[in-house]
Amino acid sequence: MREIRNAIIADKIKQLFLEANYNIGSDVLDALRNAVENEKSPVGKDVLNMIIKNNQLASSEELAICQDTGLAVLFIELGQEVRIVEGDFVEAINTGVKEAYQEGFLRKSVVDDPVFDRKNTKTNTPAFTYVDIVPGEKIKITVIPKGFGSENMSALAMLTAAHGKEGIIDFIVDTVKKAGPNPCPPTIIGVGIGGTADKAMVIAKKATSRPVGSHNQNSLYADMEKESLIKINQLGIGPAGLGGTTTSLAVNIEYLPTHIAGMPVAINVCCHAARHAFGEI
Amino acid sequence: MTKTETIRIRTPLNQEILKKLRAGDSVRITGYIYTGRDAAHKRIVELIKSGKELPFSIQDQVIYYVGPAPAKPGYASGPAGPTTSYRMDPYTPFLLDKGLKGMIGKGLRSKDVVDSMIKNKAIYFAAVGGAAALIAKSIKKSKVIAYPDLGTEAIHQYYVEDFPAIVCIDTEGNNLYESEPIRYKKI
Repeated sequence: MREIRNAIIADKIKQLFLEANYNIGSDVLDALRNAVENEKSPVGKDVLNMIIKNNQLASSEELAICQDTGLAVLFIELGQEVRIVEGDFVEAINTGVKEAYQEGFLRKSVVDDPVFDRKNTKTNTPAFTYVDIVPGEKIKITVIPKGFGSENMSALAMLTAAHGKEGIIDFIVDTVKKAGPNPCPPTIIGVGIGGTADKAMVIAKKATSRPVGSHNQNSLYADMEKESLIKINQLGIGPAGLGGTTTSLAVNIEYLPTHIAGMPVAINVCCHAARHAFGEI
Repeated sequence: MTKTETIRIRTPLNQEILKKLRAGDSVRITGYIYTGRDAAHKRIVELIKSGKELPFSIQDQVIYYVGPAPAKPGYASGPAGPTTSYRMDPYTPFLLDKGLKGMIGKGLRSKDVVDSMIKNKAIYFAAVGGAAALIAKSIKKSKVIAYPDLGTEAIHQYYVEDFPAIVCIDTEGNNLYESEPIRYKKI
């Protein structure tokens, strides 16, 4: 049994949210640079260059890449040999988020009630955390500051076996088409297939944090990723939706076993500012 | 879109500028502009409906759909890229009828908004979403002029110099989001 103090966890989470909000991953930056080379639209090229320049500026001056510094989403793998001491685990997570957003000049975007008062909590908390208990004595943390321009374009379809691969690809492409310029293309499309309605969306969100350029280890799913991406980039939406051949940088698919009667497909859309950071305690 | 020449314009937007600008024009905006998102729009429309005075004179002005991040010391504004415009659509025609001539945002607008823009001869500019740190460099002064209780959603008055944008929907309703993607569409 390894003891980990809550203060250590809070501190790690704070650092990870600062890192994610200021620095875009090299996978996304490389994909953007590649896209500039291949983009057919001159305006599209200009937009991509502006995005790259913005990412470099944010990193060098420690500024938020995007003013929408997102809802704080965390995926935590908690080793079952870990004993968390000196305080409340959930509180430690929220403390880390609060300190990052208050001290790091990040926007506080959380309202306490979705329908009525919509009063800002001023701390960017509560965070939304998914915990998996795993073997071992480490805590592995992925943080995703998730912007809502793209989140609002997400979709869920409870398809059936008869829809098959083609039905899934059609749903993915159609969702991107409907979103048009709204989610800040070029996007990263997270797709979760199987499980339940809720679980499909959770793995879709996690899929947005998988490195751009990586593929599902199952070649059947990897092929579906590649095929969907080609079709999406034939939609013509382009960078910032102003026309072009770069509408998405990646389609990342994850899957789970599911019920004999169903085939849930969840799509979580992420803007080009696909921010995430990973750390281990 | 073949034009690459950049047109420098000043706010408030006069008739001459409004007539000249066409969808696809790349512009640099200089002058005062006002920020507003969902919450501020809701309040402004409530004032309009009850015949009360607005917190700023809206005639010929430009509203930027943005909720900036806090400014670091030494910066006039924190990162400030455009937010998605369709959330303002239910409110926008009321503001256009009151004399608003320009909007800066990103993403699609409703038919009601475009119809009202044609009727009132107004322009919708697109800024690049997610280029927030870069765009903030063009904001030279920033102050909250209404609704400070809304935090980031308060109405700010910005003085901008060479704010980068593209004319997306012009006074005749020509719309880049409709005309451009078709050129590259293969399915």
